[in-house]
Amino acid sequence: MWLQEISPYTWAAIGTALAIGLSVTGAAWGIFLTGTSLLGAAIKVPRIRAKNLISIIFCEAVAIYGIIMAIIFQGKYSYVENPTAAPLAIFAGFALFWGGVTVGFANLACGVTVGITGSGCALADAQNRTLFVKILVIEIFGSALGLFGVIIGIVMTTSAKFN
Amino acid sequence: MQSNIALFNINDGFAEAIVRGFRKGILGRSEYANLEQCEVLDDIKIHLNSTDYADFLANEPSPLHTVTIAEKCTEKLVSEFTYIRANSAEPLTTFLDYITYGYMIDNIVLLITGTLHERDMKELQEKCHPLGYFDAMTILCACKTINELYDYVLVATPLANYFKASRMSEEDLDEMNIEIIRNTLYKAYLEDFYQYCLSLGGDTAEIMGRILSFEADRRSINITVNSFGTELQKSDRETMFPNFGLLYPEGIQKLAKAEDTEQVAAIVKAYEPYSNLYFDNNDDGERSLVDSFFVKEVKLNELSFEQQMHYGVFYSYIRLREQEIRNIVWIAECVSQKLHDKIKQYIPIFDDRRFS
Repeated sequence: MWLQEISPYTWAAIGTALAIGLSVTGAAWGIFLTGTSLLGAAIKVPRIRAKNLISIIFCEAVAIYGIIMAIIFQGKYSYVENPTAAPLAIFAGFALFWGGVTVGFANLACGVTVGITGSGCALADAQNRTLFVKILVIEIFGSALGLFGVIIGIVMTTSAKFN
Repeated sequence: MQSNIALFNINDGFAEAIVRGFRKGILGRSEYANLEQCEVLDDIKIHLNSTDYADFLANEPSPLHTVTIAEKCTEKLVSEFTYIRANSAEPLTTFLDYITYGYMIDNIVLLITGTLHERDMKELQEKCHPLGYFDAMTILCACKTINELYDYVLVATPLANYFKASRMSEEDLDEMNIEIIRNTLYKAYLEDFYQYCLSLGGDTAEIMGRILSFEADRRSINITVNSFGTELQKSDRETMFPNFGLLYPEGIQKLAKAEDTEQVAAIVKAYEPYSNLYFDNNDDGERSLVDSFFVKEVKLNELSFEQQMHYGVFYSYIRLREQEIRNIVWIAECVSQKLHDKIKQYIPIFDDRRFS
Protein backbone atom coordinates (compact mmCIF):
# COMPACT_ATOMS: atom_id res chain seq x y z
CA MET A 1 0.00 0.00 0.00
CA TRP A 2 1.19 3.52 -0.70
CA LEU A 3 0.98 4.38 3.01
CA GLN A 4 3.63 1.81 3.72
CA GLU A 5 5.87 3.02 0.92
CA ILE A 6 6.28 6.47 2.45
CA SER A 7 9.35 6.57 4.63
CA PRO A 8 8.64 6.54 8.36
CA TYR A 9 11.05 9.45 8.70
CA THR A 10 8.58 11.54 6.66
CA TRP A 11 5.77 10.70 8.99
CA ALA A 12 7.89 11.45 12.04
CA ALA A 13 9.09 14.76 10.68
CA ILE A 14 5.58 15.90 9.73
CA GLY A 15 4.40 14.94 13.21
CA THR A 16 7.13 16.98 14.83
CA ALA A 17 6.33 19.93 12.58
CA LEU A 18 2.65 19.76 13.43
CA ALA A 19 3.39 19.54 17.13
CA ILE A 20 5.38 22.75 17.23
CA GLY A 21 3.59 24.54 14.39
CA LEU A 22 0.03 24.12 15.59
CA SER A 23 1.01 24.79 19.21
CA VAL A 24 2.60 28.10 18.27
CA THR A 25 -0.45 28.98 16.13
CA GLY A 26 -2.71 28.34 19.11
CA ALA A 27 -0.49 30.38 21.40
CA ALA A 28 -0.30 33.28 18.95
CA TRP A 29 -4.05 33.23 18.40
CA GLY A 30 -4.67 33.34 22.13
CA ILE A 31 -2.20 36.14 22.69
CA PHE A 32 -3.72 38.44 20.09
CA LEU A 33 -7.25 37.69 21.28
CA THR A 34 -6.38 38.69 24.83
CA GLY A 35 -3.89 41.38 23.88
CA THR A 36 -6.26 43.58 21.89
CA SER A 37 -8.86 43.64 24.65
CA LEU A 38 -6.18 44.23 27.28
CA LEU A 39 -4.71 47.16 25.32
CA GLY A 40 -8.06 48.85 24.89
CA ALA A 41 -9.30 48.26 28.42
CA ALA A 42 -6.04 49.39 30.03
CA ILE A 43 -6.44 52.88 28.56
CA LYS A 44 -9.28 53.65 30.94
CA VAL A 45 -8.27 51.34 33.79
CA PRO A 46 -4.47 51.06 33.95
CA ARG A 47 -4.46 48.89 37.06
CA ILE A 48 -5.46 45.79 35.05
CA ARG A 49 -2.22 45.73 33.06
CA ALA A 50 -0.06 43.66 35.40
CA LYS A 51 -2.61 41.11 36.57
CA ASN A 52 -3.94 40.31 33.12
CA LEU A 53 -0.53 39.41 31.81
CA ILE A 54 -1.27 36.08 33.48
CA SER A 55 -3.68 35.31 30.64
CA ILE A 56 -0.91 36.04 28.15
CA ILE A 57 1.43 33.78 30.09
CA PHE A 58 -1.08 30.93 29.97
CA CYS A 59 -1.15 31.25 26.19
CA GLU A 60 2.64 31.34 26.06
CA ALA A 61 2.75 28.12 28.07
CA VAL A 62 0.92 26.43 25.23
CA ALA A 63 3.76 27.27 22.86
CA ILE A 64 6.25 25.92 25.38
CA TYR A 65 4.38 22.62 25.52
CA GLY A 66 4.78 22.44 21.76
CA ILE A 67 8.53 23.07 21.94
CA ILE A 68 8.99 20.43 24.62
CA MET A 69 7.11 17.83 22.62
CA ALA A 70 8.99 18.65 19.43
CA ILE A 71 12.32 18.26 21.26
CA ILE A 72 11.20 14.94 22.75
CA PHE A 73 10.09 13.71 19.33
CA GLN A 74 13.24 14.68 17.53
CA GLY A 75 15.28 12.94 20.22
CA LYS A 76 13.84 9.65 19.05
CA TYR A 77 15.24 9.79 15.51
CA SER A 78 18.05 7.37 14.69
CA TYR A 79 19.47 5.70 11.62
CA VAL A 80 17.77 2.58 10.21
CA GLU A 81 18.99 0.93 7.05
CA ASN A 82 15.79 0.01 5.26
CA PRO A 83 13.15 2.02 7.08
CA THR A 84 10.11 1.01 5.01
CA ALA A 85 10.82 -2.65 5.81
CA ALA A 86 11.68 -2.27 9.48
CA PRO A 87 8.54 -2.78 11.63
CA LEU A 88 9.92 -0.82 14.57
CA ALA A 89 10.69 2.10 12.33
CA ILE A 90 7.27 2.00 10.72
CA PHE A 91 5.64 2.02 14.15
CA ALA A 92 7.87 4.86 15.31
CA GLY A 93 7.00 6.92 12.25
CA PHE A 94 3.27 6.52 12.72
CA ALA A 95 3.44 7.04 16.49
CA LEU A 96 5.38 10.27 16.11
CA PHE A 97 3.02 11.53 13.39
CA TRP A 98 -0.17 11.00 15.33
CA GLY A 99 1.45 12.08 18.57
CA GLY A 100 2.31 15.33 16.84
CA VAL A 101 -1.22 15.72 15.51
CA THR A 102 -2.65 15.12 19.00
CA VAL A 103 -0.38 17.61 20.69
CA GLY A 104 -0.76 20.19 17.92
CA PHE A 105 -4.55 20.27 17.75
CA ALA A 106 -4.98 20.07 21.52
CA ASN A 107 -2.70 23.07 21.94
CA LEU A 108 -4.44 24.95 19.12
CA ALA A 109 -7.81 24.54 20.84
CA CYS A 110 -6.30 25.38 24.21
CA GLY A 111 -4.71 28.57 22.90
CA VAL A 112 -7.97 29.82 21.37
CA THR A 113 -9.91 28.96 24.53
CA VAL A 114 -7.54 30.74 26.87
CA GLY A 115 -7.44 33.71 24.47
CA ILE A 116 -11.18 34.26 24.30
CA THR A 117 -11.58 33.74 28.04
CA GLY A 118 -8.63 36.03 28.73
CA SER A 119 -10.24 38.75 26.61
CA GLY A 120 -13.40 38.49 28.67
CA CYS A 121 -11.33 38.44 31.85
CA ALA A 122 -9.55 41.71 30.97
CA LEU A 123 -12.83 43.49 30.20
CA ALA A 124 -14.56 42.15 33.33
CA ASP A 125 -11.60 43.01 35.56
CA ALA A 126 -11.74 46.58 34.24
CA GLN A 127 -15.35 46.91 35.43
CA ASN A 128 -15.14 44.99 38.71
CA ARG A 129 -11.88 43.84 40.21
CA THR A 130 -13.38 40.94 42.15
CA LEU A 131 -14.18 39.12 38.91
CA PHE A 132 -10.55 38.59 37.90
CA VAL A 133 -9.80 35.56 40.05
CA LYS A 134 -13.13 33.93 39.21
CA ILE A 135 -12.57 34.14 35.49
CA LEU A 136 -8.96 33.05 35.95
CA VAL A 137 -10.29 29.73 37.26
CA ILE A 138 -12.05 29.23 33.91
CA GLU A 139 -8.77 29.94 32.14
CA ILE A 140 -6.98 27.37 34.28
CA PHE A 141 -9.49 24.74 33.21
CA GLY A 142 -8.93 25.81 29.62
CA SER A 143 -5.18 25.51 29.83
CA ALA A 144 -5.59 22.00 31.22
CA LEU A 145 -6.69 21.03 27.71
CA GLY A 146 -3.21 21.66 26.40
CA LEU A 147 -1.76 19.54 29.18
CA PHE A 148 -4.06 16.66 28.25
CA GLY A 149 -2.70 16.81 24.72
CA VAL A 150 0.88 16.76 26.00
CA ILE A 151 0.25 13.81 28.32
CA ILE A 152 -1.36 11.71 25.61
CA GLY A 153 1.36 12.71 23.17
CA ILE A 154 3.99 11.42 25.59
CA VAL A 155 2.07 8.24 26.30
CA MET A 156 1.73 7.55 22.57
CA THR A 157 5.39 8.04 21.81
CA THR A 158 7.20 6.51 24.79
CA SER A 159 7.58 3.18 23.05
CA ALA A 160 8.45 4.70 19.69
CA LYS A 161 12.01 3.69 18.77
CA PHE A 162 13.50 3.61 15.32
CA ASN A 163 15.73 0.71 16.20
CA MET B 1 -15.31 37.44 10.40
CA GLN B 2 -16.80 39.76 12.93
CA SER B 3 -19.54 37.32 13.91
CA ASN B 4 -17.07 34.63 15.02
CA ILE B 5 -15.90 35.04 18.61
CA ALA B 6 -12.48 33.56 17.80
CA LEU B 7 -11.86 36.17 15.10
CA PHE B 8 -13.74 39.25 16.34
CA ASN B 9 -10.78 40.68 18.24
CA ILE B 10 -8.61 40.82 15.13
CA ASN B 11 -10.32 43.94 13.83
CA ASP B 12 -12.67 45.10 16.54
CA GLY B 13 -11.23 43.98 19.89
CA PHE B 14 -9.50 47.28 20.61
CA ALA B 15 -12.53 49.40 19.71
CA GLU B 16 -14.82 47.26 21.86
CA ALA B 17 -12.46 47.47 24.82
CA ILE B 18 -12.35 51.27 24.47
CA VAL B 19 -16.14 51.50 24.42
CA ARG B 20 -16.38 49.34 27.51
CA GLY B 21 -13.89 51.63 29.19
CA PHE B 22 -16.10 54.61 28.32
CA ARG B 23 -19.14 52.74 29.62
CA LYS B 24 -17.48 52.57 33.00
CA GLY B 25 -17.62 56.36 33.12
CA ILE B 26 -21.40 56.60 32.76
CA LEU B 27 -22.77 58.41 35.81
CA GLY B 28 -24.18 56.23 38.56
CA ARG B 29 -26.31 56.54 41.62
CA SER B 30 -23.78 58.31 43.82
CA GLU B 31 -22.92 60.84 41.12
CA TYR B 32 -26.60 61.62 40.54
CA ALA B 33 -27.12 61.94 44.30
CA ASN B 34 -24.37 64.58 44.35
CA LEU B 35 -25.90 66.43 41.42
CA GLU B 36 -29.32 66.46 43.07
CA GLN B 37 -27.86 68.26 46.09
CA CYS B 38 -26.69 71.19 43.98
CA GLU B 39 -28.11 74.66 44.59
CA VAL B 40 -26.53 76.47 41.65
CA LEU B 41 -25.27 75.46 38.25
CA ASP B 42 -21.68 76.08 39.31
CA ASP B 43 -22.07 73.31 41.89
CA ILE B 44 -22.99 70.99 39.06
CA LYS B 45 -19.78 71.97 37.31
CA ILE B 46 -17.78 71.15 40.43
CA HIS B 47 -19.43 67.76 40.86
CA LEU B 48 -18.97 66.86 37.22
CA ASN B 49 -15.27 67.64 37.53
CA SER B 50 -14.80 64.53 39.63
CA THR B 51 -16.46 62.27 37.07
CA ASP B 52 -15.27 61.26 33.63
CA TYR B 53 -16.35 64.67 32.39
CA ALA B 54 -13.31 66.14 34.12
CA ASP B 55 -12.66 69.78 33.25
CA PHE B 56 -14.92 70.09 30.26
CA LEU B 57 -16.51 73.27 31.60
CA ALA B 58 -13.22 74.77 32.72
CA ASN B 59 -13.09 77.55 30.14
CA GLU B 60 -16.68 78.64 30.41
CA PRO B 61 -17.31 81.97 32.10
CA SER B 62 -19.71 81.91 35.01
CA PRO B 63 -22.59 82.32 35.35
CA LEU B 64 -23.20 79.04 33.55
CA HIS B 65 -26.25 78.33 31.42
CA THR B 66 -27.95 74.98 30.94
CA VAL B 67 -27.48 75.31 27.21
CA THR B 68 -23.71 75.52 27.65
CA ILE B 69 -23.66 72.40 29.79
CA ALA B 70 -25.69 70.51 27.17
CA GLU B 71 -23.40 71.69 24.37
CA LYS B 72 -20.22 70.73 26.17
CA CYS B 73 -21.57 67.32 27.15
CA THR B 74 -22.47 66.67 23.53
CA GLU B 75 -19.00 67.83 22.46
CA LYS B 76 -17.43 65.29 24.78
CA LEU B 77 -19.66 62.54 23.37
CA VAL B 78 -18.70 63.54 19.85
CA SER B 79 -14.98 63.45 20.65
CA GLU B 80 -15.37 59.96 22.13
CA PHE B 81 -17.29 58.81 19.07
CA THR B 82 -14.64 60.25 16.74
CA TYR B 83 -11.92 58.47 18.71
CA ILE B 84 -13.74 55.13 18.43
CA ARG B 85 -14.39 55.64 14.74
CA ALA B 86 -10.76 56.53 14.09
CA ASN B 87 -9.71 53.25 15.71
CA SER B 88 -12.24 51.10 13.87
CA ALA B 89 -11.90 48.87 10.82
CA GLU B 90 -14.49 47.73 8.32
CA PRO B 91 -17.26 46.64 8.77
CA LEU B 92 -17.37 48.47 12.08
CA THR B 93 -16.63 51.80 10.36
CA THR B 94 -19.72 51.43 8.17
CA PHE B 95 -21.76 50.49 11.22
CA LEU B 96 -20.61 53.64 13.03
CA ASP B 97 -21.40 55.69 9.93
CA TYR B 98 -24.93 54.32 9.99
CA ILE B 99 -25.29 55.64 13.51
CA THR B 100 -24.43 59.14 12.26
CA TYR B 101 -27.02 59.07 9.46
CA GLY B 102 -29.83 59.61 11.96
CA TYR B 103 -28.25 62.90 13.02
CA MET B 104 -27.60 63.80 9.37
CA ILE B 105 -31.32 63.52 8.68
CA ASP B 106 -32.05 65.98 11.48
CA ASN B 107 -29.40 68.36 10.12
CA ILE B 108 -30.72 68.12 6.57
CA VAL B 109 -34.28 68.82 7.72
CA LEU B 110 -32.93 71.86 9.57
CA LEU B 111 -31.14 73.03 6.42
CA ILE B 112 -34.18 72.53 4.20
CA THR B 113 -36.36 74.51 6.60
CA GLY B 114 -33.73 77.20 6.74
CA THR B 115 -33.46 77.46 2.99
CA LEU B 116 -37.21 77.66 2.57
CA HIS B 117 -37.38 80.48 5.10
CA GLU B 118 -34.23 82.12 3.71
CA ARG B 119 -32.18 81.99 6.87
CA ASP B 120 -28.46 82.55 6.97
CA MET B 121 -26.61 79.34 6.21
CA LYS B 122 -23.77 80.04 8.61
CA GLU B 123 -26.18 80.32 11.54
CA LEU B 124 -27.84 77.08 10.58
CA GLN B 125 -24.55 75.29 10.32
CA GLU B 126 -23.84 76.11 13.93
CA LYS B 127 -27.15 74.65 15.01
CA CYS B 128 -26.46 71.34 13.31
CA HIS B 129 -25.67 68.31 15.43
CA PRO B 130 -21.92 67.65 15.20
CA LEU B 131 -22.34 63.89 14.81
CA GLY B 132 -24.28 64.52 11.62
CA TYR B 133 -21.69 66.54 9.73
CA PHE B 134 -21.22 65.59 6.10
CA ASP B 135 -18.64 66.87 3.63
CA ALA B 136 -21.07 68.72 1.42
CA MET B 137 -21.86 71.07 4.27
CA THR B 138 -19.04 73.32 3.20
CA ILE B 139 -20.80 74.15 -0.07
CA LEU B 140 -23.91 75.13 1.84
CA CYS B 141 -23.22 78.82 1.93
CA ALA B 142 -23.46 78.96 -1.85
CA CYS B 143 -26.98 77.53 -1.95
CA LYS B 144 -29.86 79.95 -2.03
CA THR B 145 -32.77 77.88 -3.31
CA ILE B 146 -34.12 74.42 -2.60
CA ASN B 147 -33.16 73.26 -6.08
CA GLU B 148 -29.55 74.25 -5.56
CA LEU B 149 -29.57 72.63 -2.13
CA TYR B 150 -30.82 69.38 -3.62
CA ASP B 151 -28.52 69.37 -6.63
CA TYR B 152 -25.28 70.30 -4.93
CA VAL B 153 -25.58 69.23 -1.35
CA LEU B 154 -28.20 66.60 -0.71
CA VAL B 155 -27.28 64.23 -3.51
CA ALA B 156 -23.66 64.25 -2.33
CA THR B 157 -24.53 62.97 1.11
CA PRO B 158 -24.75 59.29 2.01
CA LEU B 159 -28.47 59.95 2.39
CA ALA B 160 -29.02 60.41 -1.35
CA ASN B 161 -30.23 56.81 -1.48
CA TYR B 162 -32.89 57.54 1.09
CA PHE B 163 -34.20 60.39 -1.03
CA LYS B 164 -34.37 57.99 -3.96
CA ALA B 165 -35.95 55.21 -1.90
CA SER B 166 -38.70 57.52 -0.71
CA ARG B 167 -39.09 58.83 -4.26
CA MET B 168 -38.66 62.40 -3.14
CA SER B 169 -37.62 64.92 -5.72
CA GLU B 170 -36.84 68.63 -5.55
CA GLU B 171 -40.44 69.66 -6.08
CA ASP B 172 -41.52 67.47 -3.18
CA LEU B 173 -39.12 69.20 -0.83
CA ASP B 174 -40.85 72.49 -1.48
CA GLU B 175 -44.38 71.21 -1.09
CA MET B 176 -44.32 68.48 1.51
CA ASN B 177 -44.69 69.19 5.16
CA ILE B 178 -41.25 69.17 6.74
CA GLU B 179 -42.20 66.58 9.33
CA ILE B 180 -43.37 64.22 6.62
CA ILE B 181 -40.00 64.63 4.91
CA ARG B 182 -38.20 63.88 8.16
CA ASN B 183 -40.26 60.80 8.93
CA THR B 184 -40.06 59.41 5.41
CA LEU B 185 -36.29 59.78 5.32
CA TYR B 186 -35.99 58.26 8.77
CA LYS B 187 -38.12 55.30 7.72
CA ALA B 188 -35.81 54.62 4.76
CA TYR B 189 -32.78 54.98 7.04
CA LEU B 190 -34.12 52.61 9.70
CA GLU B 191 -34.99 49.96 7.15
CA ASP B 192 -31.55 50.24 5.55
CA PHE B 193 -29.78 50.07 8.92
CA TYR B 194 -31.87 47.04 9.93
CA GLN B 195 -30.98 45.20 6.73
CA TYR B 196 -27.31 46.04 7.24
CA CYS B 197 -27.34 44.67 10.79
CA LEU B 198 -29.04 41.49 9.64
CA SER B 199 -26.41 41.07 6.96
CA LEU B 200 -23.67 41.25 9.60
CA GLY B 201 -25.15 38.16 11.21
CA GLY B 202 -24.38 36.56 14.56
CA ASP B 203 -24.89 38.40 17.83
CA THR B 204 -24.86 41.81 16.14
CA ALA B 205 -27.90 40.89 14.04
CA GLU B 206 -29.75 39.54 17.06
CA ILE B 207 -29.06 42.43 19.42
CA MET B 208 -29.31 45.29 16.92
CA GLY B 209 -32.39 43.64 15.41
CA ARG B 210 -34.10 43.81 18.76
CA ILE B 211 -33.08 47.41 19.41
CA LEU B 212 -34.02 48.64 15.93
CA SER B 213 -37.37 46.81 16.00
CA PHE B 214 -38.17 48.73 19.13
CA GLU B 215 -37.11 51.97 17.40
CA ALA B 216 -39.39 51.21 14.46
CA ASP B 217 -42.36 50.44 16.70
CA ARG B 218 -41.68 53.52 18.78
CA ARG B 219 -41.71 55.73 15.70
CA SER B 220 -44.92 54.16 14.41
CA ILE B 221 -46.65 54.73 17.73
CA ASN B 222 -45.34 58.30 18.03
CA ILE B 223 -46.36 59.20 14.48
CA THR B 224 -49.86 57.83 15.13
CA VAL B 225 -50.33 59.58 18.47
CA ASN B 226 -48.91 62.88 17.22
CA SER B 227 -51.06 62.87 14.11
CA PHE B 228 -54.33 63.05 16.01
CA GLY B 229 -55.76 66.52 15.64
CA THR B 230 -53.61 67.43 12.64
CA GLU B 231 -54.62 67.32 9.01
CA LEU B 232 -52.42 64.33 8.22
CA GLN B 233 -54.30 61.82 6.08
CA LYS B 234 -54.44 58.21 7.24
CA SER B 235 -52.94 57.03 3.95
CA ASP B 236 -50.01 59.40 4.43
CA ARG B 237 -49.63 58.18 7.97
CA GLU B 238 -49.21 54.61 6.84
CA THR B 239 -46.41 55.47 4.40
CA MET B 240 -44.26 56.70 7.28
CA PHE B 241 -44.34 53.48 9.32
CA PRO B 242 -41.14 51.40 8.94
CA ASN B 243 -41.64 47.97 7.41
CA PHE B 244 -40.21 45.89 10.21
CA GLY B 245 -40.54 45.47 13.93
CA LEU B 246 -42.89 43.73 16.30
CA LEU B 247 -45.87 45.75 15.09
CA TYR B 248 -45.28 44.87 11.43
CA PRO B 249 -47.52 44.03 9.55
CA GLU B 250 -50.78 43.66 11.49
CA GLY B 251 -50.14 46.25 14.15
CA ILE B 252 -49.10 48.82 11.54
CA GLN B 253 -52.31 48.32 9.59
CA LYS B 254 -54.41 48.74 12.71
CA LEU B 255 -52.44 51.81 13.78
CA ALA B 256 -53.03 53.38 10.38
CA LYS B 257 -56.77 53.25 11.01
CA ALA B 258 -56.72 54.34 14.66
CA GLU B 259 -58.76 57.40 15.61
CA ASP B 260 -57.70 58.22 19.14
CA THR B 261 -55.26 57.35 21.89
CA GLU B 262 -57.45 54.69 23.52
CA GLN B 263 -57.54 52.71 20.31
CA VAL B 264 -53.76 53.01 19.98
CA ALA B 265 -53.33 51.81 23.56
CA ALA B 266 -55.63 48.82 22.89
CA ILE B 267 -53.70 47.87 19.72
CA VAL B 268 -50.27 48.25 21.23
CA LYS B 269 -50.89 46.59 24.58
CA ALA B 270 -51.81 43.36 22.81
CA TYR B 271 -48.07 42.94 22.27
CA GLU B 272 -46.45 41.70 25.45
CA PRO B 273 -43.27 43.82 25.46
CA TYR B 274 -45.36 46.98 25.11
CA SER B 275 -48.01 46.06 27.66
CA ASN B 276 -46.71 48.49 30.28
CA LEU B 277 -46.42 51.62 28.15
CA TYR B 278 -48.13 54.64 29.65
CA PHE B 279 -50.79 56.11 27.42
CA ASP B 280 -52.91 58.28 29.67
CA ASN B 281 -52.95 61.92 28.84
CA ASN B 282 -52.67 63.62 32.19
CA ASP B 283 -50.48 66.65 31.96
CA ASP B 284 -49.20 66.56 35.50
CA GLY B 285 -45.88 65.51 34.02
CA GLU B 286 -45.32 62.62 36.40
CA ARG B 287 -45.27 59.99 33.67
CA SER B 288 -45.79 60.12 29.96
CA LEU B 289 -45.55 57.99 26.86
CA VAL B 290 -42.27 59.64 25.91
CA ASP B 291 -40.79 58.72 29.30
CA SER B 292 -41.99 55.10 29.06
CA PHE B 293 -40.25 54.85 25.73
CA PHE B 294 -37.03 56.27 27.16
CA VAL B 295 -37.16 53.81 30.07
CA LYS B 296 -37.61 50.90 27.67
CA GLU B 297 -34.85 52.16 25.41
CA VAL B 298 -32.42 52.39 28.34
CA LYS B 299 -33.24 48.83 29.43
CA LEU B 300 -32.68 47.43 25.94
CA ASN B 301 -29.41 49.27 25.54
CA GLU B 302 -28.14 48.16 28.95
CA LEU B 303 -28.74 44.55 27.90
CA SER B 304 -26.44 44.78 24.91
CA PHE B 305 -23.47 45.15 27.25
CA GLU B 306 -24.17 41.70 28.66
CA GLN B 307 -22.60 40.02 25.62
CA GLN B 308 -19.12 40.41 24.29
CA MET B 309 -17.90 40.54 20.69
CA HIS B 310 -20.71 42.25 18.82
CA TYR B 311 -21.36 45.74 17.48
CA GLY B 312 -24.44 46.48 19.57
CA VAL B 313 -22.30 47.96 22.36
CA PHE B 314 -21.23 50.86 20.14
CA TYR B 315 -24.79 51.86 19.29
CA SER B 316 -25.96 51.32 22.86
CA TYR B 317 -23.17 53.42 24.30
CA ILE B 318 -24.14 56.42 22.15
CA ARG B 319 -27.81 56.06 23.12
CA LEU B 320 -27.06 55.69 26.83
CA ARG B 321 -24.78 58.71 26.85
CA GLU B 322 -27.48 60.74 25.13
CA GLN B 323 -29.87 59.70 27.89
CA GLU B 324 -27.25 60.73 30.43
CA ILE B 325 -26.98 64.16 28.76
CA ARG B 326 -30.78 64.47 28.91
CA ASN B 327 -30.59 63.55 32.62
CA ILE B 328 -27.90 66.15 33.32
CA VAL B 329 -29.85 68.83 31.45
CA TRP B 330 -33.02 67.93 33.39
CA ILE B 331 -31.20 68.19 36.70
CA ALA B 332 -29.53 71.44 35.63
CA GLU B 333 -32.88 72.94 34.63
CA CYS B 334 -34.48 71.87 37.93
CA VAL B 335 -31.56 73.38 39.83
CA SER B 336 -31.60 76.66 37.93
CA GLN B 337 -35.39 77.00 38.25
CA LYS B 338 -35.38 75.82 41.85
CA LEU B 339 -37.87 73.01 41.18
CA HIS B 340 -36.32 70.55 43.59
CA ASP B 341 -39.37 68.31 43.88
CA LYS B 342 -39.13 67.41 40.22
CA ILE B 343 -35.43 66.75 40.24
CA LYS B 344 -35.73 62.98 40.66
CA GLN B 345 -37.53 62.47 37.35
CA TYR B 346 -34.46 61.47 35.36
CA ILE B 347 -33.89 57.89 34.20
CA PRO B 348 -31.01 56.12 35.98
CA ILE B 349 -28.64 54.11 33.80
CA PHE B 350 -27.11 50.79 34.90
CA ASP B 351 -28.81 51.25 38.22
CA ASP B 352 -28.83 47.58 39.18
CA ARG B 353 -25.47 46.81 37.62
CA ARG B 354 -23.21 49.14 39.47
CA PHE B 355 -19.94 47.82 40.88
CA SER B 356 -17.21 49.53 42.79
